[in-house]
Amino acid sequence: MRVDRNAAAWHPTVALWTTVGLVGFCLLPWYGLRDNFFLFGWLLDGYPLNENVAPALFLNLQGLKMWLAPMGLLLLTPFLLWGRKKSDPFFGNVLIAAGAAGLFYLLFQGFGIGLRGWNWDWANAVFGTLDDRQFGMGWGAVLAASAFLFLFTTGLAAKGAVGGDEFVVGSIGFIVAVVGVFIFMPILQMLASAVIAQDGTVSFAIFFEKFLSDRIWGLGCMTGGPRCGAAWNSLFLAILVGLITTVLGLIFALMVTRTGFRFGQAVRAMTVLPIITPPFVIGLAIILLFGLSGIVTQGLDALFGITPTRWIYGLPGLLMAQVLAFTPIAFLVMIGVVEGVSPSMEEAAQTLRASRWETFRTVSLPLMRPGLANAFLLGFIESMADFGNPLVLGGNFDVLSTEIFFAIVGAQYDQAQAAILAIVLLFFTLGAFYAQRFWLGKKSYTTVTGKGDAGVHPHLPTGLRNAVFGIVIFWTAFTILIYATIVYGSFVKLWGVDFSLTFDHYFKAFSIGWNEFGIHWRGSAWSSFWTTIQIALISAPLTAAMGLITAYLLVRQSFAGKEAFEFGTMLSFAIPGTVIGVSYVIAFNVPPIELTGTGLILVLSFIFRNMPVGVRAGIASMSQLDKSLDESSLTLGANTFQTFRKVMLPLLRPAILAALVYSFVRAMTAISAIIFLVSARYDMSTSYIVGRVENNEYGIAIAYSTVLIFVMLLAIGLMQLLVGSRRIGRRGVDQSTAGAPATAAGAG
Amino acid sequence: MINIKSNAASVEFRNVTKIYNKGAKPAVDGVSLTVEAGKLVTLLGPSGCGKTTTLRMIAGLELPTSGQILIGGQDVTLLPATDRDVSMVFQSYALFPHMTVSENVEYGLKFSGFDKKTATEKARAGLELVGLAGFGDRLPSQLSGGQQQRVAVARALVLEPQVLLFDEPLSNLDAKLRRRVREEIREIQQNLGLTVVYVTHDQEEALAVSDRIIVMNNAVIAQDGTPRDLYDKPASAFVADFIGEANLFDCEVMAVDKGVATVKLGPATLKLPAGEHGPGKARLAARPTRLELVKAGGAGTLPGVLERVTYVGSDLELVVKTDLGEVFIVSPDVDAPYAAGQKVGVRFPDKGPVLVKG
Repeated sequence: MRVDRNAAAWHPTVALWTTVGLVGFCLLPWYGLRDNFFLFGWLLDGYPLNENVAPALFLNLQGLKMWLAPMGLLLLTPFLLWGRKKSDPFFGNVLIAAGAAGLFYLLFQGFGIGLRGWNWDWANAVFGTLDDRQFGMGWGAVLAASAFLFLFTTGLAAKGAVGGDEFVVGSIGFIVAVVGVFIFMPILQMLASAVIAQDGTVSFAIFFEKFLSDRIWGLGCMTGGPRCGAAWNSLFLAILVGLITTVLGLIFALMVTRTGFRFGQAVRAMTVLPIITPPFVIGLAIILLFGLSGIVTQGLDALFGITPTRWIYGLPGLLMAQVLAFTPIAFLVMIGVVEGVSPSMEEAAQTLRASRWETFRTVSLPLMRPGLANAFLLGFIESMADFGNPLVLGGNFDVLSTEIFFAIVGAQYDQAQAAILAIVLLFFTLGAFYAQRFWLGKKSYTTVTGKGDAGVHPHLPTGLRNAVFGIVIFWTAFTILIYATIVYGSFVKLWGVDFSLTFDHYFKAFSIGWNEFGIHWRGSAWSSFWTTIQIALISAPLTAAMGLITAYLLVRQSFAGKEAFEFGTMLSFAIPGTVIGVSYVIAFNVPPIELTGTGLILVLSFIFRNMPVGVRAGIASMSQLDKSLDESSLTLGANTFQTFRKVMLPLLRPAILAALVYSFVRAMTAISAIIFLVSARYDMSTSYIVGRVENNEYGIAIAYSTVLIFVMLLAIGLMQLLVGSRRIGRRGVDQSTAGAPATAAGAG
Repeated sequence: MINIKSNAASVEFRNVTKIYNKGAKPAVDGVSLTVEAGKLVTLLGPSGCGKTTTLRMIAGLELPTSGQILIGGQDVTLLPATDRDVSMVFQSYALFPHMTVSENVEYGLKFSGFDKKTATEKARAGLELVGLAGFGDRLPSQLSGGQQQRVAVARALVLEPQVLLFDEPLSNLDAKLRRRVREEIREIQQNLGLTVVYVTHDQEEALAVSDRIIVMNNAVIAQDGTPRDLYDKPASAFVADFIGEANLFDCEVMAVDKGVATVKLGPATLKLPAGEHGPGKARLAARPTRLELVKAGGAGTLPGVLERVTYVGSDLELVVKTDLGEVFIVSPDVDAPYAAGQKVGVRFPDKGPVLVKG
């Protein structure tokens, strides 16, 4: 027999969120998230009466900021539902009305009333001028906002949305809300700020003048001038990088699957390189090799008298660095596709008297087409978004991502200029993202079915195989040289001048001392190192959780607007980090959400930058779990949330671990977004290193990078260990889930 | 000693329709049915006929687009699966691979408000009932297919649900095991007096286990009756053909008198129960075992030529070519000296052939 869940006089979900909202309104500081997020110092600052840390209720009782009062009243309306059942139409209507009104009013007053009274002229006209002001939201406002949101979704569920499931509707509402606030809102605000001139007025003339300027679209280099516009440079570089990495990725994939090559595992291991290497490190190594004082340059000078030049700075160096950095990603895409071509297709072609070369040309290669497109577009987007390499290697070759940085950080501080450049960059990457979806959405080349496909891939024709081997050997040797240079360079006193070995750089950055308080982290790098670890540790579980919940909604639930939902959550994948950085600076510098200079804004930027990775990991492993597992849990009386927690989560443990470590490592190596968001108090490793490079302190920068690479190797190794050992324990599990036929809904 | 009880309740569908995508063909179209408490009713039909959708709507895994669903006289149309007192045994068993057998069986009990001790005892009683006492500490992957199936049954049984649902529970078992497990399911159902709704596409299985069979086709109910009714009095050509094998003939009803129809079939004239049929064109279904092979030229017999004679051990299978098409006959007389090419007659007995629709 089942226990009647509806026995409680007041619906438990409504009770929970009403309480949360009232706690937010009556007990926690309404303002000042920036200073009070992690600390409880506000308890001593005159709480609860002091205007800065007072809860909304206490402000209103003192007759202050009376515009907050309606929200308190709205939070009381759920009490009307005492003793009512969820199926009562009144129940849903009240919650929807209260939630929607509350959310709308909260946003209205938040955006409407800023640091100088009303933000809008028409509001001054309608309501009269306001002789008061408010700061960014605090804990109180956050709790009240979530209470309104979840009361609203509970109301929707009561009206029967998504099968009336509160957990599912609530999760959808939550994801939509946070993606809206932390991806769409900043991007939109950035777009808006592009038309605002330096003096604060809206001017389309200046916008178009800047937008069409030669700095972006100039074609000077084609006609013998010194430089081309940043947009053309970026585009040209991205197309080259996309093409070359795709070809190299294909070559590597072919070698692993179709040449009987014995070290396939070693080549696969190389795919971790771009994950563990901070993006600009390759650029640094290239400078150490080919820069003015690089070994190769100096060696050529000494041996053949070739005068050292700065040729590496610009397109050649950038191309080299990005191809080295992104080829493993292309390989990762291509290996899946190359293995996915069903061997029986190729065997069929051979029995139809096609030679090995003809088989490859007429069957295998066409079937790999979607993979080729995918790999190209990935390389294209990565190159467009790359910030670290152009920063250290760009020279006079301006690209969009660094131009954005210099518009904000440089002497000019031109927010509108940065926004305009970001729009151009966003246009390119979103265009590529959309083209990819459009292209792949229409065609299906999947030749692997659930059925066992016993067959072997034919080997490559001998000539092609030798060419493949040649290229791979060269590439591998070069990669080894790059990484050896980095490690070696971290021990060299002054590269190009004094090659004697020393521990100085490590000592400077990571020395430890003792004083009366215990360990003293004396090295200059410790502060940013610990901040980075801390921020990465905080953001990793949040990223994984957001990703998994989103994946769960996408794989297991069907609801109206799911396509748009999926597009929205995957969108941040195509938004370059620099664009996110700029838009966060623009959006979160002023109330109602004031976050610049905090650690929180770093955490948020990591969560929303890396969320698509968690989503993909979740989708991949969730699709392998038979849907009847959830359904049987539901028919056994567990609700959706309990099912998610007791059945899905335990079975998804490997995916969770992977998402955790991956987002941790990405948070450690990211540079493009956070370089805008770091502050003196919250400096990150990568921005610290870039700072050293800009000061020409290459020694410390390289030593620090080496330490980061080893820390992340350690993290990845730990993950392999944990996930690997789980898999052995779960062997039986895999069999039983794999053997279970998928029960298609509505079949039979 | 804790025993598994039954809280059997009836299930009623009132004009239930389910449409998955707007504008698409309904998966279930205006179905009304009743399952009495304590009975085992089978939903039978070809794949895509709507039987699984019907079952999932009883479970609450799908909500109907229109219509009403009642369990134990209470309207549960909008109640989600979690809140319905219904358990289901899945085709794939859906045992949670990360939990032991007893954890699997206790899973539902935990959410039904039982304390840990009662849950453990009930789970043990459930496992004992299906003959798996002592297997509690194993993982599902360490059990054979038949054992996994029984764990799935125990997991559903211990909740003492109002209705127990089976979704093609035997389709992953080999032929021999299938027969044994279906007998076990039937035995448990009758001993405990459970209400069971059972989905299958295997007509033999349906005939063997059911109190009543509901045959579905193209999203609607084709016929609803006892196994015997369905076999002996199929209402339509579809049912006649789907359940067992049937010879279908075009015939003509000459007259109907007091419920007895005079049917003209080639040279033969038959007197059959008319049912709802009036005079005019009709179809006749006859089971292969209900037709007799006689000497050629007998009065009122259908003349034909023996085309094929197949010896299958217990029976002879004969195919006769006649003016009305090929006729398939199964004869238990395996020693009869039939040979292909022989001229024969086909006789229609009074009992057996039935008039059908379509």
